[in-house]
Amino acid sequence: MTVIRVPLSWLNDFVDIRDLDPIELAERLTLAGLEVEHIRWVGLNPSPRYHVPPERMDEGDGLGWERDKLFVGEITRTERHPDADRLLLATVEYGGVKPMTIITGAPNLRPGDRGLKIAFAVIGARLVDPYAEGTKTMVLKAGKIRGIQSEGMACSEKELGISEEHEGIILLPADAPVGMPLADYLGDAVLEMDLTPNLARNLNILGVAREVAALFNRPLKRVQPELARIAGIVRPEAMPRPDQPAEPFVQIVIEAPDLCPRYTATLIRDVQIGPSPHWVQDRLRKAGVRPINNVVDATNYVMLEWGQPTHAFDYDLLLERAIKAKQGVGTEPVLPPSSSGRSPTEPVLPTIIMRRAKPGETMTTLDGNERQLTPDMLMIADTLGPIAVGGVMGGLETEVNERTRHVLLEAASFDFINNRRTSQALRLPSEATARFSKGISAELTIPAASRCAHMMAELAGGRVVAGVEDCYPLPQHSAVVEITPAEVQRILGMDVPASQIQEILERLEFAVEEIPPPADRAAQRIETLRVTAPWFRLDVSIPADLIEEVARVIGYDQIPTTLMDDALPPQWRNWALESKERVRDLLMGAGLQDSISYALIGAELNRKLLAAQGEPVYDTLAGRAPADAPLPLILDPETLVRLENPLTPAADRLRSTLLGSMVNALAANLRAVGRVALFEIGKVYWPIPGERLPAEPEHVAIALAGPREAGAWLNRNDTLMDFFDLKGVIEELLERLGLLASATFEPATHPLFGPKAARVLLKGKPLGVLGELHPAVRRAFDLPETRAAVAELQLAPLAAAISARQTMQPLSSFPAIKEDLALLVDESVTAEQVEMAIRQAGGSLLRDLVLFDLYRGKQVPAGKKSLAYALTFQADDKTLKDADVEKVRRRIVARLGQTVGAELRG
Amino acid sequence: MHDLQRLRDQALAGLAAAGDETALEAWRIQYLGRKGQVLELLRAIPDLPAAERPAFGQAANALKGELSAAFDERAQAVAQSKLAAELAAEGVDVTLPGRRPQLGRLHPSNQTLREINGIFAAMGFQVYTSPDVETDELNFELLNMPPGHPARDMWDTFYTTTPGVIMRTHTSPGQIHAMRALGPDKPIRVILPGMCYRYEQVTARSEMMFHQVEGLAIGRRITMADLKGVIVEFANQLYGAGRRLRFRCSHFPFTEPSVEADVDCILCRGKGCAICKYTGWLEIMGAGMVHPTVLRNGGYDPAEWSGFAFGMGPERITMLKHGISDIRYFFGNDVRFLEQFG
Ligand SMILES: [Zn+2]
Repeated sequence: MTVIRVPLSWLNDFVDIRDLDPIELAERLTLAGLEVEHIRWVGLNPSPRYHVPPERMDEGDGLGWERDKLFVGEITRTERHPDADRLLLATVEYGGVKPMTIITGAPNLRPGDRGLKIAFAVIGARLVDPYAEGTKTMVLKAGKIRGIQSEGMACSEKELGISEEHEGIILLPADAPVGMPLADYLGDAVLEMDLTPNLARNLNILGVAREVAALFNRPLKRVQPELARIAGIVRPEAMPRPDQPAEPFVQIVIEAPDLCPRYTATLIRDVQIGPSPHWVQDRLRKAGVRPINNVVDATNYVMLEWGQPTHAFDYDLLLERAIKAKQGVGTEPVLPPSSSGRSPTEPVLPTIIMRRAKPGETMTTLDGNERQLTPDMLMIADTLGPIAVGGVMGGLETEVNERTRHVLLEAASFDFINNRRTSQALRLPSEATARFSKGISAELTIPAASRCAHMMAELAGGRVVAGVEDCYPLPQHSAVVEITPAEVQRILGMDVPASQIQEILERLEFAVEEIPPPADRAAQRIETLRVTAPWFRLDVSIPADLIEEVARVIGYDQIPTTLMDDALPPQWRNWALESKERVRDLLMGAGLQDSISYALIGAELNRKLLAAQGEPVYDTLAGRAPADAPLPLILDPETLVRLENPLTPAADRLRSTLLGSMVNALAANLRAVGRVALFEIGKVYWPIPGERLPAEPEHVAIALAGPREAGAWLNRNDTLMDFFDLKGVIEELLERLGLLASATFEPATHPLFGPKAARVLLKGKPLGVLGELHPAVRRAFDLPETRAAVAELQLAPLAAAISARQTMQPLSSFPAIKEDLALLVDESVTAEQVEMAIRQAGGSLLRDLVLFDLYRGKQVPAGKKSLAYALTFQADDKTLKDADVEKVRRRIVARLGQTVGAELRG
Repeated sequence: MHDLQRLRDQALAGLAAAGDETALEAWRIQYLGRKGQVLELLRAIPDLPAAERPAFGQAANALKGELSAAFDERAQAVAQSKLAAELAAEGVDVTLPGRRPQLGRLHPSNQTLREINGIFAAMGFQVYTSPDVETDELNFELLNMPPGHPARDMWDTFYTTTPGVIMRTHTSPGQIHAMRALGPDKPIRVILPGMCYRYEQVTARSEMMFHQVEGLAIGRRITMADLKGVIVEFANQLYGAGRRLRFRCSHFPFTEPSVEADVDCILCRGKGCAICKYTGWLEIMGAGMVHPTVLRNGGYDPAEWSGFAFGMGPERITMLKHGISDIRYFFGNDVRFLEQFG
């Protein structure tokens, strides 16, 4: 996106827009694809349709120049203040009954000056306070200095809110009409537009004027001779070719026509470098360019007006270099593969060579920096060496300066892709590369160079040498595209007759030719249009491009709004998405907050997760398929997917586990709140050996810390959440997905965790891991000294379960019998072993089993623990008798004794 | 007989004075118990002269009946007042906070994603996803942006250290993935939600990571008028019925014609405010007709097939919906932010 500023006063040079409300103009351009982001009002009161409140407007935007207080004035007499050396008295005519006297200290005014046109403010005028920061307005008060009354003021740009410039007073052109309200003479609105990269042709006043002319169906004013000369010419092949100079002044050699298809040079003799007149400076400033001197200003002016960047060389310096080279200092061989066709003649002439940079070549650009060049960059060189990076920046050595007498003006065309690459590689974005890098027509060079040369001569008192050195090895050709109303209808869904298509395209300066139907259908209407893109349109190559042109001129609002009547594609059940959202719902139901963290992490995050180890030993996939990876997978940060151009080291690679960001989130939140229960469903990125792209499995991470209950008057249970809270969440999740029966938990040892850690497997395959963080990890993440339990699970196996059937178990209508069973077992016996023994022996009559107590202590021998279960027995076909239950119970006790050595307790 | 009358008066007075269950029971024993005064009277009947017996017996029995009834009535009244007193004691301050179950909440981005998915599902668009780490080819080249193309500047790209591998800057490569997976001779209607990455300074208004939802419809009769229809339908469902929409010409290398859709500002209703930068419009999505080159790259013949694509940012939609001023909250995981929504 490229921003340009278009003063409407300048635009009006090319298309009449004085009757248009700037807002209306801005809206129409915006709808047509030239987005106006902002309007800056200069000396005008914003139109009533402008919504921005005054305090939000730009500097000076709020300052409409009062028509009865600010005028074009003329100084008819200037003399010294009799009692103040540094001050002048000036007499000003401004259209009032009698002239007024003002006291001024303006540095650009001298005693004796007369006939100067100024911006004149009478007492009471509202102006910008020149000594205040920013834009503060003040009212001009009458003042007396050493006995003499000042009756008004000659204004600076700052006082008028035009710019920050307060060095001297504004000097208006000599033909400025005295007495005209200043708002009418100098008032303006500047459209600030942000243009998409396809609109290279519009990055200038003329380009915008062309759009306005087409959109409002108004003629383009072709008042400039250069513009008049090319009026109506569409095909580059038909463009007028410039005359060769009678006396050659330069030789041009293009060695790399693929990078520089055209190079032209014009000579302007006897210029006098100095400041530009106010109107030029005013337009440049409004367009956002700082005035420098008349020669440079002329190049910038034409770039802003026509879109063709040009470069001004000091011709004498080029000559000196040519002579030096001839004397044997130079290194350039002159073998013109493609030149302007002259043989070098006496006396010595500068030779300009377009070639690729040599390896290791350097050059000092005019910003004073030495640039390292590479062979894919286009250099502009002479026989002594590089003098500019083509289309990017000129060299310091041949730059115009105060002593410059003759200017060699370059207007050339460059390959836009190469230009963009070079300016990026050298980090040299400029107004010129903003244009060259998006592609501009080689045909623009000649009219723009002519405009620029004449302007330079006009501003700097020089003389344009007749004729142009033009080297054009790769001429541009017209794009020709055929289009039919049927195709327009097929894409837009709107009927546009051939005649209207033709009319619109012709407004946009396309040449349109009707192709008669084939002989056998001669009676039919003409349905095919052969369209030739005008020379300045490099963005058109296929019918769709023309369809967009038609649509945007008609207006997108005119296209109907319909509901698709095309066939509905085959629909499918998206199990992956449905199950992901189901997991999300279940975890939210379990009281966890859904969260999303950055996929980009810093290297230290994985290191911190392994803080419990002296020297971290990272996990690896070790050749396993991603689905079989045991979690967590804390990979070596050096092996993660890494960014070439990170914004910050804290986000320079892609995470391999969700747990780093999860623990970070835990730590950050525990600083603010006492209880955190979070989960995230997100991707991790695992580099796979031999693959360009990483695996991107989705994982589920859970983190719990803080009291079990959110403390409140009703539940003041501040027991901390621990491993079993986390395991409970996972059990609940698995149970609800119908997976709990096929899940097993086994102890895990991983440096991330302390002793309370487990792996969870699903049908023997790794599903994930859960545990309480190792204290060293807690410290590494700056977590408070409290329990923190985290888990990471693969999403895919959970997702796969969603379509599994859950079969109903019949409900028994016979009464159930409840019994308690208290056991004494060795510490080494796991709850799972006990439970399995009970279930196996209990058979179908055992309907439910709940561990209700786990006890170690006084009544239990050392090395033993007591487990107490509540058992529920029930039959489907009869009322169980005590004897039935007793039989099963005995079987259970016997089995417990055999398998886990359990004894009945008490 | 005189005694009976006295006993009756005395008993009824005692009953009226019995205020609780204990006093009632004492009264019952005193008067109606086996050794109570009424039975004592009855038991004394044989000692009376024979002539007096029938009348006395009748009167005594009547007294017993009366006292029993009075007792039952009184007992019920006492029980009721006891219950009333108990209930009164249970009264609470109903303004005390309740016992809240702890339920988690959906991340605001995911809320919006669910909304978007739902709206498009009803129009026949199904969710299709593709990777975050993408090739330059898919992210740019096949989307009509050859290397060096100036339009690439529209997306500031994170490059990985593997040449040609980048973080996707938009969900648009999903268009090619979807076309190649579902095509080449079937219509397509999908949305492609996913995370995107941009090499952009993180500020209140721009993030290096954000969601995007791309949409793609391909068919033999899909037009720009259909695209407008889908956008209007979506905007009215998401932002409420009666929205005004504005369609501007724009440019994306992978669509032609391209369009930017604006909805009238939901905050100021089009009058102009700081959120809509005083334009009255909010940009909601970029869209366009799929470029023929992109159709071809996806395996579709652009002479027979046409399609549209659109893309939008759920975070931006969420910011507007909830008045969130800073995009950095989304992935900062501050529960004080997350717990404000849904
Ligand atoms: Zn608004």
